[in-house]
Amino acid sequence: MSDHSINAEKYWQANLRLILGSLVVWALASYGCAILLRPMLSGIMIGGADLGFWFAQQGSILVFIVLTFFYAWRMNKLDEEFGLQE
Amino acid sequence: MDQFTINLLFVGGSFALYFGIAFWARAGSTKEFYVAGGGVHPVLNGMATAADWMSAASFISMAGLIAAGGYANSTYLMGWTGGYVLLAMLLAPYLRKFGKFTVPDFIGDRFYSSTARLVAVACLIIASVTYVIGQMTGAGVAFSRFLEVDNNTGLLIAAVVVFFYAVLGGMKGITYTQVAQYVVLIIAYTIPAVFISLQLTDTFIPAIGLFSNHTESGIPLLQKLDEVVRELGFRDYTADVDNKLNMVLFTLSLMIGTAGLPHVIIRFFTVPKVADARWSAGWALVFIALLYLTAPAVASMARLNLLTTIYPSGPTAAPIEYAERPDWVQTWETTGLIKFDDKNGDGRVQFYNDVPAFKDEATARGWAGNELTVNGDILVLANPEIANLPGWVVGLIAAGGLAAALSTAAGLLLAISSAISHDLIKGSINPNISDKGELRVARVSMFVAIALATYLGMNPPGFAAQVVALAFGIAAASIFPALMMGIFSKRVNSTGAVAGMLAGLISTLVYIFLFLGWFFIPGTASFANTPDNWWFGISPLSFGAIGAVINFVVAFTVSSMTAPPPKEIQDLVESVRYPQGAGGAVDH
Repeated sequence: MSDHSINAEKYWQANLRLILGSLVVWALASYGCAILLRPMLSGIMIGGADLGFWFAQQGSILVFIVLTFFYAWRMNKLDEEFGLQE
Repeated sequence: MDQFTINLLFVGGSFALYFGIAFWARAGSTKEFYVAGGGVHPVLNGMATAADWMSAASFISMAGLIAAGGYANSTYLMGWTGGYVLLAMLLAPYLRKFGKFTVPDFIGDRFYSSTARLVAVACLIIASVTYVIGQMTGAGVAFSRFLEVDNNTGLLIAAVVVFFYAVLGGMKGITYTQVAQYVVLIIAYTIPAVFISLQLTDTFIPAIGLFSNHTESGIPLLQKLDEVVRELGFRDYTADVDNKLNMVLFTLSLMIGTAGLPHVIIRFFTVPKVADARWSAGWALVFIALLYLTAPAVASMARLNLLTTIYPSGPTAAPIEYAERPDWVQTWETTGLIKFDDKNGDGRVQFYNDVPAFKDEATARGWAGNELTVNGDILVLANPEIANLPGWVVGLIAAGGLAAALSTAAGLLLAISSAISHDLIKGSINPNISDKGELRVARVSMFVAIALATYLGMNPPGFAAQVVALAFGIAAASIFPALMMGIFSKRVNSTGAVAGMLAGLISTLVYIFLFLGWFFIPGTASFANTPDNWWFGISPLSFGAIGAVINFVVAFTVSSMTAPPPKEIQDLVESVRYPQGAGGAVDH
């Protein structure tokens, strides 16, 4: 295997790790805090509703935005590190 | 100036703007027609994507759905935004790198099979045509309400407008009109919401107002709303959902479906670079969130406003007399979206939840049944009137609703026409067609698609209400998994992909047909569409996620039993993974 393809393989593995990590947060915010874990979080109140309700109507959307920008920023940096940018 | 003139000015002004943009952004080549020349700035593309995505359903219906369902319908908020995370990480950058014009292009090339391409074209056309019917009927309704023309005339006007800028400008014209339409629709949505939030909570930003104190009672708005709805026999607004499995699967189906809808995916083909596709997904989400963070606030505030209008002295006191109902109720009664039936003949408007559990309470109060039916769609449209805002805000809402419907319709029509001209004609029937010839065919297919959508909008098939389930189900169960496997697996081969797509598609269709009628023909449903009959409590709307799992499992199983894809296909997969174009394809 040449240096180039080893390099490319490392880049792809780093991308997969980043996606996996991001999707864990994605699922935790929406399916976790907003739906399945809502009863566990019912003690934490935020403006007249429980934390789970906030995640369902606002929190998860905010988390999605942060995740998407974080992924774009991190990947664009990875492109440069590996010399794979356009 | 009367309201009709104001509405005409706002709608006419916005249309003049779209026409101007269309004329300026004429398409001269297929590249401009299909992907706007590939030079759209990521922020602008984000804005265009937001308009492309936010349909009449988001603008008009979503707040009403949340108002009616409370916490339970948060699924729409999460489902219709969470898909962008999947799109940003799993599809958009790689498909942009692939660098062709359509979604079936990728499926056909990656799975080296014209069958795969044709299955993708079929899925795309079914999903997009069903979706576009809703947009055209939505535009027709908006026209007839605000411009006092009949429904079909309204539809024809909408068709002519879309025809003008979509046929002339293709993706290029659509992109820049969508940017303008986004601006119109977000202003129209936000202004009434800000005023209502100020009136109810003294808070300027509706999304913060939702979690603030209700000025009049001094307790949190959501707590106040819970108390009021409870007194009238409704479920608490913030009440938890029992069937969490279905809630999770429905949200997941909406997310996967969003990521798999072709008219959204092709928007990411218009940016210059892979890095831009990533940023652009983030910007799209920001622009979508501006509406989606406001929508739940509009929902709860409009619901509280509606109930306090009917019970001015509180829900335990007598409701208003019908003769004293506010003007906006009268206006909307003429459209049939608000209906009153004085069942106990006392001249007052009893509005409550007519369920067995509330029967005794209602009888004790002398009530003989719920007397008011309110269509959820009016919450956004009537918002300015409910909040006593000036006439120009109503005009703005009219222009905004039309912008939302037309921008989505145009995006869908482009996806349909490019599938016909590029994938069917150039891809299968006449591969040697010249660029000029293909451009002409693209324009003709656009015309045919608009004519078909207009016809179906005028004569909506009986299943109009279920089409959204169908579109999302198909996108989730067939298109999304095929695209994802095409990028993330080198092992999935043509036989596996075709088998997977068909298995996902057919299982989802069958499950929907079992409960909603075979081919949506009324009376042919095999089971009543009730939670007791659903398989493991999974509603037909939530089945897309299961269909996607079936697609993945079948594709991997069949692929593992058949020969791996040829070397050049594995190289193609390598090349879409790396922005620079080298990757495994150029192994030096």
